[in-house]
Amino acid sequence: MEFDPLTLARIQFTLNISFHILFPTITIGLAWILLYFRIRFTTSQNRAWEYAYHFWVKIFALTFALGVVSGITMSFQFGTNWPGFIEKTGNIAGPLLGYEVLTAFFLEATFLGIMLFGKDRVSNRVHLIATALVAIGTALSAFWILSLNSWMQTPQGYSIVDGKFFVESWMAIIFNPSFPYRLTHMLLASLLTSAFLIAGVSAWRFIRGVDGPATLLVLKTGIVMAAILAPLQIFTGDLHGLNTLEHQPAKIAAMEGIWQTEEGAPFTLFGFPDEARKKTHYAIEIPKASSLILTHELNGEVMGLNEFENEHPPVAIVFWSFRIMLAVGTLMVLISWWGLWSIVKKSSLSKPVLSALMLMTFSGWVATLAGWYVTEVGRQPWIVYGLLRTSDVVAQHPAITLVGTVIAYALLYVFLLVSYMGTLRYMASKPAESLALLQAQSPAQSGRPQGGV
Amino acid sequence: MDYALPLIFMAIMGVALLVYVVLDGYDLGIGLLTPLATESEKDTMIASIGPYWDANETWIVLGVGVLLIAFPVAHGIVLTSLYLPATIMLMGLILRGVAFDFRVKAGDHQRRLWNYAFFVGSLIASTAQGWMLGAYVTGLTISPINIAFSCLIALTLPALYVVLGAAWLMIKTEGELLEKAVKWGRVAVVPMGVALLCISIATPLVSPTIADKWFVLPNIIGLLPIPLICVITFSALIWLMYRIDLIQAGYGWLVMAGTVLICVMAALGLAYSLFPYIVIDKLTVWQAASATNSLLFVLVGVVIVLPAIIGYTIFVYKVFSGKATTLSYGSK
Ligand code: HDD
Ligand code: HEM
Ligand code: HEM
Repeated sequence: MEFDPLTLARIQFTLNISFHILFPTITIGLAWILLYFRIRFTTSQNRAWEYAYHFWVKIFALTFALGVVSGITMSFQFGTNWPGFIEKTGNIAGPLLGYEVLTAFFLEATFLGIMLFGKDRVSNRVHLIATALVAIGTALSAFWILSLNSWMQTPQGYSIVDGKFFVESWMAIIFNPSFPYRLTHMLLASLLTSAFLIAGVSAWRFIRGVDGPATLLVLKTGIVMAAILAPLQIFTGDLHGLNTLEHQPAKIAAMEGIWQTEEGAPFTLFGFPDEARKKTHYAIEIPKASSLILTHELNGEVMGLNEFENEHPPVAIVFWSFRIMLAVGTLMVLISWWGLWSIVKKSSLSKPVLSALMLMTFSGWVATLAGWYVTEVGRQPWIVYGLLRTSDVVAQHPAITLVGTVIAYALLYVFLLVSYMGTLRYMASKPAESLALLQAQSPAQSGRPQGGV
Repeated sequence: MDYALPLIFMAIMGVALLVYVVLDGYDLGIGLLTPLATESEKDTMIASIGPYWDANETWIVLGVGVLLIAFPVAHGIVLTSLYLPATIMLMGLILRGVAFDFRVKAGDHQRRLWNYAFFVGSLIASTAQGWMLGAYVTGLTISPINIAFSCLIALTLPALYVVLGAAWLMIKTEGELLEKAVKWGRVAVVPMGVALLCISIATPLVSPTIADKWFVLPNIIGLLPIPLICVITFSALIWLMYRIDLIQAGYGWLVMAGTVLICVMAALGLAYSLFPYIVIDKLTVWQAASATNSLLFVLVGVVIVLPAIIGYTIFVYKVFSGKATTLSYGSK
């Protein structure tokens, strides 16, 4: 690979957005789970819901902080890395980003203060509303940013004058063809990621013997959520794929690794795509399956990469990312149903189920990143599909500057990720009973005062 | 409309950035002051900004957002030119933003690490912001004198933030910490004043365009209130900081108000200097502006949402008004 400014700018953008998305994926889902815990502890007498809320709200705060600071980086990235993008599509991208700041960021950032520290200062109702507003804020934020991203994938409602985009219809832009699918798929991804996070951490606490009254409730919540949502995610994923077939056939050809247009195309379960020779080595295929999935006919015709000479994305990354997402999705269904079955039938959770859930703690991150790589790398070489090439909008920074900052960011992110996971582990390893005690006492009595966040 | 809209957005951007400097300024100032405090004072200091810092930081997102929305071309030029300082600032903001969360959650053995990260992050972010401001005012061109000017502002902004941070502590704390805050304020306010004076003298020197705008009659007479108000407010600030009994009696907010007034004056002066350019000597607000119907579409949102944002921000400040106590996630 050559290290020209374009490649480096891409690496940097990928690094930053990949780091950023880890945290929204959790906060968007966890916000709603916390709201649920919060409602349960006002309406039921079971204090365990309160412990559950208190335990997870701290993790939420930490995750949120990481999401905010990495998001601020993102808001500078368009200008520092892709000035041409904003210059040309500013009339469209600007307002969408603007509405995100106005309607979502301020809402969540302001009410977060009340949600986290206001419980003894405002009435129960106001606190509940603040918690709900934070949850709504995170979802609104996803709404706007995904609207923009979807428009970049399936642009409509614009006109182009002198190479610049102008707005013809806001409705057409915001509700562009891929947006409903992307929004649903991403919101479900967030809920699933959080479900496996809470289930995984709870399972770990059982295994370590530091569980408490709330652990089982949380574990069950996670399992039930996952068992319902994982199949739904596969279903919406399938619809999403059909929508992509309609609008971005080159992406689908890369996802499926289909080199030549053919009827009755097989689905490649596994293999090594080779762009130079235009074939997939050691392919293990299910005959006719791609045609069946994509056209709902055994002998339907599927377009191959040969139709998009020099205009198709890098195949291997898209192909592999897609399979990773599918594999995690399938695992999610299997493991959550196994968990559900254990709860319903045996009313107990054996060590193997718990271990499986524990291993799946961060599985949502893997699938989400893989999914985004399919979406974003699959859009290449375009930044706005079919209209604007990524190579035309990149900023020309000296390679040395870019290499330096990429390394600095990477080191910082590794450090923060290790700290984040270490802190989760540390918080989860405190025995729940002492947590309960800690909550019952005033903060000053529990050793260190709980200053700060 | 074509004439007024870019001006309206310029004003919104200016106000957003000014609000950012004041609000996140006190957060960053507190970050800069933490090494001077004892461990339990650190807890109180951090508790005093805990519920606010996130929303405070959002103003810079709005500022940069408006630059992107309303002046896409300028957004590209400014951020590409400021690539390095912006990146360094972002790393600083990342460190300080996560530090106080980790500080209480990662366990006692990591406390020193995160205390350090909080301070270093605040220092990096505020110096880098000063540098960016300096580079922006000098038209994003590099020359020895411009670099010297940027260095000057890079050192000044942290001093301003320390004064804001100390002023915040004068409002939110009591007892020994309050006394310390007053001392810190006294120490920081002098370099802040001197530096602001130097900057006021240096700005017309480095930029002929700006000099032409100030030193002509009758403009200079009309503009006189700006430096006058600054001098008077500055003297009042110093006077006040040596009346600790007044501050203990609850007049700490006057220190804050005075410092904010100086910031507002500086911003007005700057706005006058730059107008009508968005990138000085290169690009005017009208040349850089987005299409009118895109701006109108956003303006509708701004008009509806901004009052709501201000409303609920005030609500949150009310909820957490009074002296800062150690924060808890609520137990009763
Ligand atoms: C699907 C969701 C999603 C996606 C794809 C993105 N974000 Fe994000 N972002 C959020 C969901 C989110 C959030 C849930 O609203 C966050 C994360 C955690 C948080 O605290 O707020 C957030 C925070 C956040 C912040 C800080 C907000 C604040 O001050 O409170 C900024 C400036 C951005 N993001 C900007 C971006 C940009 C420019 C993106 C794309 C290039 C982006 N985000 C992708
Ligand atoms: C949040 C999850 C996201 C992930 C993980 C992600 C990932 C990526 C990756 C890997 C690339 C590089 C592709 C390549 O160069 O081969 C990329 C490019 C890009 N993405 Fe995303 N992306 C995400 C969301 C978004 C959103 C929401 C937007 C805008 C609204 C966006 C805008 C861009 C832009 C402008 C580029 C650079 C140009 C390009 O390479 O096409 N991304 N993204
Ligand atoms: C197993 C069945 C699944 C299928 C068939 C599926 C299908 C798809 C498709 C076709 C895309 C690409 C859309 C495009 O840009 O053209 C996609 C993207 C994505 N997937 Fe999946 N997916 C599945 C499971 C999952 C799971 C389990 C997660 C996460 C928990 C996930 C998260 C994502 C994300 C975050 C994206 C990028 C955002 C978007 O474009 O919606 N997917 N998925």
